[in-house]
Amino acid sequence: MLIKVRSASQASENEVTPRGLFLSRRSIMAGGAAALALGGTGALSGPALAAPFQAPLTVSPKDPKMDAQTPMKSATSYNNFYEFGTDKTDPSENAGTLRTRPWEIAVDGDVGKPTTFGIEDLLSFPLEERVYRLRCVEGWSMVIPWVGFPLAELLKRVDPTGNAKYVAFQTLADRSQMPGLKYPVLQWPYVEGLRMDEAMHPLTILAVGMYGETLPNQNGAPVRLVVPWKYGFKSIKSIVRITLTQDQPPTSWNRSQPREYGFYSNVNPEVDHPRWSQATERRVGEFSRRKTLPFNGYGEEVASLYAGMDLRKNY
Amino acid sequence: MAATSKGPVAQALSSRWAKPAVFVLGLVPLGWMVWLGLSGGLGAEPVAEAVRQSGLWALRLLLVALAVTPLRILTGQAGLARFRRMIGLFAFFYALLHVSVYVGVDQFFDWAAVWKDIVKRPYITVGMGAFVILTALAATSTNGMVRRLGGRRWKALHKAVFVAGAAGCVHYVMLVKGWQYPPFVYAAIFLGLIALRYAKSPATGRLSPSYRT
Repeated sequence: MLIKVRSASQASENEVTPRGLFLSRRSIMAGGAAALALGGTGALSGPALAAPFQAPLTVSPKDPKMDAQTPMKSATSYNNFYEFGTDKTDPSENAGTLRTRPWEIAVDGDVGKPTTFGIEDLLSFPLEERVYRLRCVEGWSMVIPWVGFPLAELLKRVDPTGNAKYVAFQTLADRSQMPGLKYPVLQWPYVEGLRMDEAMHPLTILAVGMYGETLPNQNGAPVRLVVPWKYGFKSIKSIVRITLTQDQPPTSWNRSQPREYGFYSNVNPEVDHPRWSQATERRVGEFSRRKTLPFNGYGEEVASLYAGMDLRKNY
Repeated sequence: MAATSKGPVAQALSSRWAKPAVFVLGLVPLGWMVWLGLSGGLGAEPVAEAVRQSGLWALRLLLVALAVTPLRILTGQAGLARFRRMIGLFAFFYALLHVSVYVGVDQFFDWAAVWKDIVKRPYITVGMGAFVILTALAATSTNGMVRRLGGRRWKALHKAVFVAGAAGCVHYVMLVKGWQYPPFVYAAIFLGLIALRYAKSPATGRLSPSYRT
């Protein structure tokens, strides 16, 4: 499915390698093979997405050379997912205990039709590949090909009421599956939030895969948020609940250190984190730092959401 | 041959191989980091990991150096004292590595950015403070400098190692995100090593200011 927003940060199809196409073909074949192996259940349990996703690279970095995709091994072994430990390699080492099937997301709050979506329902949305930059608040970044669908598509199905001004998200918090919950690093469960217009923005997606494969546990399986113009911690992982609210919902890092983490947390090289500069970042796998772009380079698409707001105050 | 009255530990400590052995041990973390670096073991962000590992080893070895005197008193092994300077210098060496990788690799000699970090980021201010102290102590660590400064002044100067240790622990506590316990383990060990210096000497049953160094 081609989304409506087209701008400088989108590459036209002839500018980029047809990786999405090739991946989708491969996943169709893998899906077929998996379906055969599983006696036609078509369950999404193997390493490849069984459900084929739409091919077009709808949103890709402007310059494929400058924004080469991060090696999958790096994106799956260098993670912040504190429910599985605070070292970067902890999630890849410990997240094997996460059970991603069955899985449900309860969507409730200020909606006309509160709905619980099973993972199968989520996978039945038309999936597409989105190559996005991911900028961590710690000063590193990656370029990741996600597989997912716009959050707006899901929200439309639950019929938000006029009162719905914000969207609150919640991660699973199960001690038997998440060894990191033993430590009070943050108040569990992890929660995040977006303003309604941010949540409805076409760049905001729910991801169920990356690199053409099912989302690995350490990356927030089976379903996570991806908001590419905000610091990575906004892109909440392993979501179990989405609540539409009238008031701004609490967010985990803001609750932990309000002076350091605001509700918006848009990538902004002008506003430093009190403990470190946000002016530059190092792309994982590269040697030297590069300049961080306002809104992580997605300003053309999203800056208008914040027209008239003081982004130094609303950090 | 002359050590008939000494136990095996004391004998080992006074052996002429003991210092070279400690020297080689001090290089093991460096060798391990180089090996990890060459084999890809530093992970997806090797620069950040090299900064982290060198900093951790600087703090660990500083705590080991501070443990020498209490250990000497508690065990009665006077021979331990002669390793203290070398361990302290290794702590400085890893701190130098830590700062060098941060300045030379992470920031790529962007002195303006480094200076901004030092004045604007309290955890870097504190860390740099520790590094400046360790540099001064390393520079005055030779026998010649002890003579030149005179024993009393030298001792007074080198008490600054406790300030460096405290600053190192605070630096670590301040830089982690959220509520994480490992930095507090280091801080607790540091405080424990201070407390030991105020404990009663097991030999005399008296408070012994002589080993508060």
